[in-house]
Amino acid sequence: MLEVKNIIKQYSGHLALDGVSLQVPKGQIFGLLGPNGAGKTTLIRIINRITAPDSGEVYFDGHLSQPDDVFRIGYLPEERGLYKKMKVGEQALYLAQLKGLSAREARINLEEWFNRFDLMSWWNRRVEELSKGMQQKVQFITTVVHHPDLLIFDEPFSGFDPVNAELLKQEIQALKEQGHTVIFSTHNMASVEELCDHIALINHAQVVLSGSVHEIREQFRRNRYRVVIQDPGSAVHAEDDAYTIEKQMRDDRYIRMLVRKNPELRNSELLTLLSARYEIISFEEAVPSMNEIFIQTVSSTGKSIEK
Amino acid sequence: MSKIGLIIKREYKFRICRKSFILLTLLMPFLFAALVFVPMWLASLGEDENQTIAVIDDTGRYASLFENTETYTFLPVEGSMAMYRERNDREIFAFLHIADDLAKNSGAAVLYSSRQVPRTLVNIIDQTLTDAVREERLQAFEVPHIDQVIRVVNSEFHVRTVKWGDEGETQESRSFEVAAVLGMLTTLLIYTFITLYGSMVMQGVMEEKTNRIIEVMVSSVKPFELMMGKIVGIGLVGLTQVCLWGILTFVLLWAAQFLGGGAELLAEAERLSANSAALAEPEIIAGIEQLLALPWAKIMVCFLFYFVGGYLLYAALFAAIGSALSHPEDSQQFMTPVLVLMIFSLYAGIYGVENPDGPLAFWASLIPFSSPMVMMMRLSFDVPFWQLLVSWVLLILSIVLAVWFSAKIYRVGILMYGKKPTLREIWRWTKKT
Repeated sequence: MLEVKNIIKQYSGHLALDGVSLQVPKGQIFGLLGPNGAGKTTLIRIINRITAPDSGEVYFDGHLSQPDDVFRIGYLPEERGLYKKMKVGEQALYLAQLKGLSAREARINLEEWFNRFDLMSWWNRRVEELSKGMQQKVQFITTVVHHPDLLIFDEPFSGFDPVNAELLKQEIQALKEQGHTVIFSTHNMASVEELCDHIALINHAQVVLSGSVHEIREQFRRNRYRVVIQDPGSAVHAEDDAYTIEKQMRDDRYIRMLVRKNPELRNSELLTLLSARYEIISFEEAVPSMNEIFIQTVSSTGKSIEK
Repeated sequence: MSKIGLIIKREYKFRICRKSFILLTLLMPFLFAALVFVPMWLASLGEDENQTIAVIDDTGRYASLFENTETYTFLPVEGSMAMYRERNDREIFAFLHIADDLAKNSGAAVLYSSRQVPRTLVNIIDQTLTDAVREERLQAFEVPHIDQVIRVVNSEFHVRTVKWGDEGETQESRSFEVAAVLGMLTTLLIYTFITLYGSMVMQGVMEEKTNRIIEVMVSSVKPFELMMGKIVGIGLVGLTQVCLWGILTFVLLWAAQFLGGGAELLAEAERLSANSAALAEPEIIAGIEQLLALPWAKIMVCFLFYFVGGYLLYAALFAAIGSALSHPEDSQQFMTPVLVLMIFSLYAGIYGVENPDGPLAFWASLIPFSSPMVMMMRLSFDVPFWQLLVSWVLLILSIVLAVWFSAKIYRVGILMYGKKPTLREIWRWTKKT
């Protein structure tokens, strides 16, 4: 759907993007991650043709990105705003028409969305009369009203209360199911795990990690397992080089352990070794969370660049 | 509809529908009408009161010289000042005491009153007594036919000004006053319009920026379209307002003729002007003739051109300023140079009227930033065609340049937040491609 090739963007004195390349597959949810100031918003602005890169290309749906492509993009920026004094409906119509819809189409689509979000009674009210949550909903509607092929949400969950954030997640999922491609940038790693198919992690103007969420988590497996056993009454310790116990915690009648196995050892062999000695209550692989991956990657790449 | 059309429509519709716009548009004509009628009404009020001035003339030579006016009745009385003072007669407004021959003792006339004496009354008395004393002194020389001699000597002289046209024809030069008033009016109108609507453009741009709606906007339209749409939209609002003011004021004045109070006032006005016409009939008629002789078509076309052109030029600057700022508090610093430019232009226009072909007026009417205001002032006094042409071309060129320049600043500025940029940084923005 979208391919970004070797983008370089320099602002006075600092490099915002340094040879960034990305591929966003069609019909998937793509998470753009990275700490503050890493260059996410700059990249999003380039994709939206708000700013131009110093060098590099953006390919949209197979062709070099063109001015009219913005009609096929829906963009919800991080800093959101509406004309406060304007009426909600008028404003939504205006924004929809600027995205290339005819007045009639815009009205039909908007009424459908307003009904879905239960906002129809607010159509003739001024934006400033709406609560913040409602303004966010209006904003979301104006982003998706023209049925764009590509949706870009910059920090969509910031400012949403949990109920509305959940609603938003469902809508994003629904949009994906309808065949839309979604890019969203966020700090909220839990939502990444829930929603994203692919991610790219940007740090210090460079892509430091990218791929499907599944692959990345696979890649970050460290042969760690969470094991809970019944307290044997004696000290628990690693027997040999087959596995090591990195952490253990006594909890009433149980001991919770973090076990690291020798990479050559298969899971069932580890289980056999353990079960020969202890009564096993539970056993699961400790797959690193996206949060851990994020922190680990950012801090390691941060250091390497500082050198 | 094209995007720029949509933007213009929004700016226009949104502002036209605002309560403040409707209120101002409807109330201003009443204010204009009031400016015409209230002074007349007040003038007619003052005259209802008739004040009596008692004249105590010890010499017996001056009392009969005072002529009653609409406001003052002069009443020759007998007796002493002390007596009247004791009586404290409220019916009498003031007492004029002439104690001695004024030709010999100029301090002998004193006006007493328990209230503040109006300037007009003092002037009447001064004038009457001055004339009387002069007459007396002249008579004292005992020159035969002195009256006629004085009348002949006193005749006033007015020089006729004739201007040579380009094709050798001569024409009566236009009345200075009529042209000056018209020039002043159009200049002020353009100045007010630019200030009012130029700063509206700036506020609009800043509103979009601080609202953060700008990012959504520029993801669907080009910054240039957004800027031009705003400038044109607001300009149209201004034109609408000025047109409505013109029409409403005209309608109000016209309607006032048919209403009871209005008719009386108008009759009063006619009577007043009839009075003054009787005094200086040829001059008034000449003034009206000259007013009609002004090149109205040219003035109207130029007014429209400079009105719109001046607005576009300044609005582009205001838009650039608005885009560069993140906080309204910073606007003053960036506005000042523009405001200084405008105030200079206004003053150049006002002083230019003294000498419409002088170097100040000449240059200021060609330089684009001041030409909309100064050229309008000069226009009522013939301006050579080539100067007009140069002024127009320069204004159009500078509008194009200002819009191009501002668009560059605007494009970068609207997405810049944080500290206010230095002029050097802004300069760097314009060089980006």
